[in-house]
Amino acid sequence: MATSAARLPPADYGRLIGRARRVDLIFAGAGLLVMLVAMGMLMALIVDLAVDGMGRLSWDFLTSFPSRRPERAGILSAWVGTSLVMIVTAFLAVPLGVGAGLYLEEYAPKNWMTDVIEINVTNLAGVPSIIYGLLALGLFVYAFGLGETILVAGMVLALLILPVVIVATREAIRSIPQEVREGAYALGADQWQTVRMYLLPAARPGILTGTIVGLARAIGETAPVITIGALTFIAFLPPAPVQPGFPFINFEWLNSPFTLMPIQMFNWISRPQAAFHLNAAAAGLVLLVMTLLMNGLAIYIRYRIRKGMR
Amino acid sequence: MAAATDTPPVASDELVRPSGFFLRRRRFADRLVRLILFAAASVSVFVTGGIVYILVGESVVFFSQVSIVEFLTDTQWTPLFSNARYGILPLLSGTIVVAGIALLVAIPAGTTLAIYLSEYAPAPVRETIKPLLELLEGVPTVVYGYFALLFVTPLLRYLIPGLPGFNMLAPGLVMGIMILPYVTSVSEDAMRAVPNHLREGAYALGFTRFQAATKVVVPGAFSGITAAYILGMSRAVGETMVVAIAAGQNPNLTFNPTEGAATITAYIVQVSLGDLPHGSIGYQTIFAAGLTLFIITLAFNIIGFYLRRRFREVY
Repeated sequence: MATSAARLPPADYGRLIGRARRVDLIFAGAGLLVMLVAMGMLMALIVDLAVDGMGRLSWDFLTSFPSRRPERAGILSAWVGTSLVMIVTAFLAVPLGVGAGLYLEEYAPKNWMTDVIEINVTNLAGVPSIIYGLLALGLFVYAFGLGETILVAGMVLALLILPVVIVATREAIRSIPQEVREGAYALGADQWQTVRMYLLPAARPGILTGTIVGLARAIGETAPVITIGALTFIAFLPPAPVQPGFPFINFEWLNSPFTLMPIQMFNWISRPQAAFHLNAAAAGLVLLVMTLLMNGLAIYIRYRIRKGMR
Repeated sequence: MAAATDTPPVASDELVRPSGFFLRRRRFADRLVRLILFAAASVSVFVTGGIVYILVGESVVFFSQVSIVEFLTDTQWTPLFSNARYGILPLLSGTIVVAGIALLVAIPAGTTLAIYLSEYAPAPVRETIKPLLELLEGVPTVVYGYFALLFVTPLLRYLIPGLPGFNMLAPGLVMGIMILPYVTSVSEDAMRAVPNHLREGAYALGFTRFQAATKVVVPGAFSGITAAYILGMSRAVGETMVVAIAAGQNPNLTFNPTEGAATITAYIVQVSLGDLPHGSIGYQTIFAAGLTLFIITLAFNIIGFYLRRRFREVY
């Protein structure tokens, strides 16, 4: 192009430049358009759910069990189940993910074993969630005989979000300046003391962000929990985790059957009656608000970290 | 000299050393922690091992009753009928059509958006759009399924008369929107990794932003952008809830997007919702289907992994 352009009469340069500018502007318009369409989709999604579901959203909806009559059905067992499963997920995913992230970033020697672990973490992040469901069905439900319980659901979701927590931990640890470690070593601290007293506190906001993003993803996950055979019609609550008498904490809820927000929603979508679809929209609205709030919180914390670093 | 306490002795006028007991305990704690952290890290290996063990274990039983040739070439998938046929092709065609539509949406839109964000958008716009894209990525898939079945499908039926309530077009389009943020962010990362002096050189030669993007930045970020496409493909193939809700549950060997058809993932969901006894051949079919899915996504992930690593190493 350059050689042919060089032979052009001077007047044609203007046309060439003009055309390049026009293409440039057209593309800028296309970029803007795609951006607006994507944002428009997000808006349409929220508005669609709100228009359909708002009418069903009430205190009764939050405090009623599912029912065969759509106007009396609610999401009590669903949000209680989701909360309990999230407790299990957080208790498993955070220590495991932070531990693994710490090991890979601070401790791991450069050898084939570390490579194997690294490749596994990367690969697991890309495995479809339903495959985790099959793992849980074959291993936890049948081989370990744990059944279709809150514990199993919490375990499978914890495994699912483990890569998210690991990656967040690693990024947070990696961003800590090397001088912090050297300062700690110079004062006579050993590695564990350095990690415990300096690195973990400094990495806390980053780890928190990753955990929130991971849990937000786990809240919305449906497929792996359906695969383990979670019942969809649950009109009772699991035993309470706290009790008035000694020993005050009760772990029976771990072995209880359950339903979750997304499963309840899926159940209602699958019904032919339009009235149930309104319930699904209302449940979806609650679910969407939960995940958007959590993701928004994570984005806000990350923004604060970045501002603090500048 | 060494005080026999297990805390570091307080400095006095003479040089104090920590006691041997203190040092031994500290070293023990350090090693113990290293071991615990290593155990946490190796969980990922056990998970992969567990997945392979379960999928292959159940599939071996399945393939002892159904030949692999039948599995790969039969055009019927009716494991739950009395005259059961076990051909994965109908499920594969459904998966390919839906994922294909999703990619037709996500690849052009995602690339355009990534170029726009990386080369055109002023910093404030970029800093506003990226979090919004993250929110779009965080929407639960079951909500996207609702959107596909009860918003997009009615809209499409308005445009295409006679479109059935369950079709592959609507979930494909919605899935395209769903993986758009992912394709965008991975490609944008790759483009931002192209060093600025290359861009400046292009501008110094009189390039417009579009010319700089297409002639310098995109070729420089090529392997990263390809990785984004392939990882997006892997996501589209493995996505479950949108298709389980909106694409219908009939295995259907067709490449016509206006028909309904089950995907591999939708089939697994359908069987899981039913009541198949553990150990029956119907139960094993979901593991054979799962193994097929796992192999496909694994291949995509490995290619994407290497392409992504390559673009990081170039500069």
